[in-house]
Amino acid sequence: MEAIAQSPARAVKAPVFRICSITGLRVEANAEMLIRANAVVAVIFLAIGGLFGLSVALTRWPAVHLLPAEWFYIALTAHGADVLLFWILFFEVAVLYFASSTLLNSRLAAPRIAWVGFALMVVGALMANVAVLQGESTVMFTSYPPMQAKPHFYLGLVLFAVGALIACMIFFATLVIAKEEKTYEGSIPLVTFGALTAAIIAVFTIASGAIILIPTFLWSVGLISTIDPLTYKLVWWAMGHSSQQINVSVHVAVWYAIVAMVLGAKPLSEKVSRMAFLMYILFLQLASAHHMLVEPGISSEWKIFNTSYALYLAVLGSLIHGMTVPGAIEAAQRKKGFSRGIFEWLRKAPWGNPAFAGMFLSLVMFGFIGGISGVVLGTEQLNILMHNTIYVPGHFHGTVVAGTTLAFMAVTYLLVPLYFKREIILPGLARWQPYLFGFGVAGISLFMMGAGTLGVPRRHWDITFSDAQMVYSFSPAAFLMMTLNGIAAVIASLGGIAYVVIVVGSILFGKRIPDGKERAPFEAPPVGNAVGQYGNAGTFHLPGTLVLVGVFFLSFVLYYYVNWKYLAQVWPLK
Amino acid sequence: MAIHPPVTRIWWREPVAKMEIFWIAIAFAWGLVMFSTMVAWHIWGEQNLANEAYRVNPEAYVARVEAMADKYKVREEGDSGVPVVHPPPGSDVYLLARLWQWWPVLELEKGKSYRLHLSSADWQHGFSLVPTNINIQVHPGYEMVVTMRPSESGTFGIICNEFCGIGHHTMAGKIHVVDR
Ligand code: HEM
Ligand SMILES: [Cu+2]
Ligand SMILES: [Cu+2]
Repeated sequence: MEAIAQSPARAVKAPVFRICSITGLRVEANAEMLIRANAVVAVIFLAIGGLFGLSVALTRWPAVHLLPAEWFYIALTAHGADVLLFWILFFEVAVLYFASSTLLNSRLAAPRIAWVGFALMVVGALMANVAVLQGESTVMFTSYPPMQAKPHFYLGLVLFAVGALIACMIFFATLVIAKEEKTYEGSIPLVTFGALTAAIIAVFTIASGAIILIPTFLWSVGLISTIDPLTYKLVWWAMGHSSQQINVSVHVAVWYAIVAMVLGAKPLSEKVSRMAFLMYILFLQLASAHHMLVEPGISSEWKIFNTSYALYLAVLGSLIHGMTVPGAIEAAQRKKGFSRGIFEWLRKAPWGNPAFAGMFLSLVMFGFIGGISGVVLGTEQLNILMHNTIYVPGHFHGTVVAGTTLAFMAVTYLLVPLYFKREIILPGLARWQPYLFGFGVAGISLFMMGAGTLGVPRRHWDITFSDAQMVYSFSPAAFLMMTLNGIAAVIASLGGIAYVVIVVGSILFGKRIPDGKERAPFEAPPVGNAVGQYGNAGTFHLPGTLVLVGVFFLSFVLYYYVNWKYLAQVWPLK
Repeated sequence: MAIHPPVTRIWWREPVAKMEIFWIAIAFAWGLVMFSTMVAWHIWGEQNLANEAYRVNPEAYVARVEAMADKYKVREEGDSGVPVVHPPPGSDVYLLARLWQWWPVLELEKGKSYRLHLSSADWQHGFSLVPTNINIQVHPGYEMVVTMRPSESGTFGIICNEFCGIGHHTMAGKIHVVDR
């Protein structure tokens, strides 16, 4: 009788939780369904977008030259949108819900609205894909005006962004609920803190996206007469670059989560790691500057100030994580007794566990390949050498593929048992998957960077200029690089296919994990605080990490100045 | 662990290990070094992009390029019919980017400076001088002026490295640098 009197909004069911037998984490039913849905859709877009990527790479392999020109540019547009936007963002929404609801032991806020957000994202992503495949929106995912796509391309992106914004709001609301309902004690965990950083940046990012994509949409339907190409670029990259900072925040949070779940590692210092996350928020606003280094009419002072204030302090954040994450691993391993010599802790790490292996490869490759090349590219004068060459995709396959994508793949091996209650199938293949994908992607990155230093342009169907009025002949080395890139792409794609097969197969056919028993075929993650407290000064000694960061630092300095040396040989400009 | 609330409640007062402070200090100092390198290159380096640029009407720009080409044309390039233009050293040289051509072909003298103007008649294009590796973004409606001094002789390609539609990969031009 009482129930009838209640308004529908008040008739909310009490949250339903179950306990994961492997991690001991409490999983709420609504969060579980939303995480499943977002993760599955993410993997579907990775599969589609990855195949487009392979077809692009095979086209750029001179001897194969797979697609005709029109389809090459369509596939490239679809590749950029499907993997960079859709795969990454759907997965990130899943991580946000994991970091809020599951890690804080709380119900998810407003699940119905969360489903609306999800639906908007799906509709937007499909709409953009349809627009691209219809062939009249071949504008690349950056869609620089005055080149114009069909209205439903921009509309799809806008709907997708609104959906993502809703997901961020659900995340914030869940934090508030968890705090009010006292579902945890003290401060939020570091992983949740990292996710919070990402969500805050996402709000800024999506606002920039709206500021630029809505007028662009109106322009495409004829309501606005022109869009200034320079302003577009500045604002578009306020979205485009900041969203990379979201990716970095989330994948660093994922690194911390994996080392905690697999090794029981604690952060060396909560303070330092949190400060490093904060730097991402504080120092990125004008990071779009490093996309504007060779544009007309922008002063050098502006470029230098905004790339170094905004970039180097954000870079500093990453450099800090680059030490504290391996440091946490080393400390945990030494605590477990792997303390002989400098590197026993690393040798005896669980390399056969794809969650750990993927995470560690992601850490190393993000730093050495993506990070160093990114800072070099973002240096005012050095950008002249590489702007818009294929060095640029080389760089960001190091960040967003070897870094973010590989980290997300790695954490999937922990999330499938957690949320789908299934064991990972084909453990033998799973063991190899991170290496296959990781080394393939390292190849793609390095060979594209190599070709870029030889002047090979990005987004280019034919570097032999066979139908051109005037011809430029690239050196044989450039062709070799593009061939090696094609081979590496095949290896990476095998790794990508293995991932999709394992994930989808596990979800559908994996052995069910009954509550309270069994576990995934990887090492048992320690339950609770297996490792005591070593967060304090003077209590740890990490020679291995010191060597690793030392090698990294030297490579960075060397590579940076090698590029200045190249620059000095170029025609004088002023 | 990172997935649990911090062990010490007041985590922001926890002392930081020497090694962490050491690394943060090095990384920060390196940021300063990189910042100073950019500034120093403006003072002592020879490769810096100019900040000189103007808003321009694309048609007006095309007219200026054509006027220059008429004035200084010396021959045509191969059988393409594209004029080869040899402007006097030190002068203003106009290069036009349009779908899908860099126009005209320039003939410059080694070791002499030129004020090179760059703009587009239609979409964005990417000026990419190969194999020298000078890359500059070209926008419609903006005219950028770069003073350039070719330091080696030979024939150089200009390719387009900003995607500009289905003919993007056919967009190529040339600069001849001659000894005088
Ligand atoms: C098997 C995996 C992959 C392969 C073989 C691959 C290969 C490529 C190649 C060859 C290009 C074209 C470079 C050009 O012509 O300009 C490209 C572009 C790109 N890729 Fe990938 N990629 C893969 C995965 C990914 C993933 C997972 C992401 C994002 C998370 C990604 C993001 C991008 C983006 C944003 C572009 C630029 C598109 C544009 O220029 O508009 N790729 N990729
Ligand atoms: Cu072009
Ligand atoms: Cu082009």
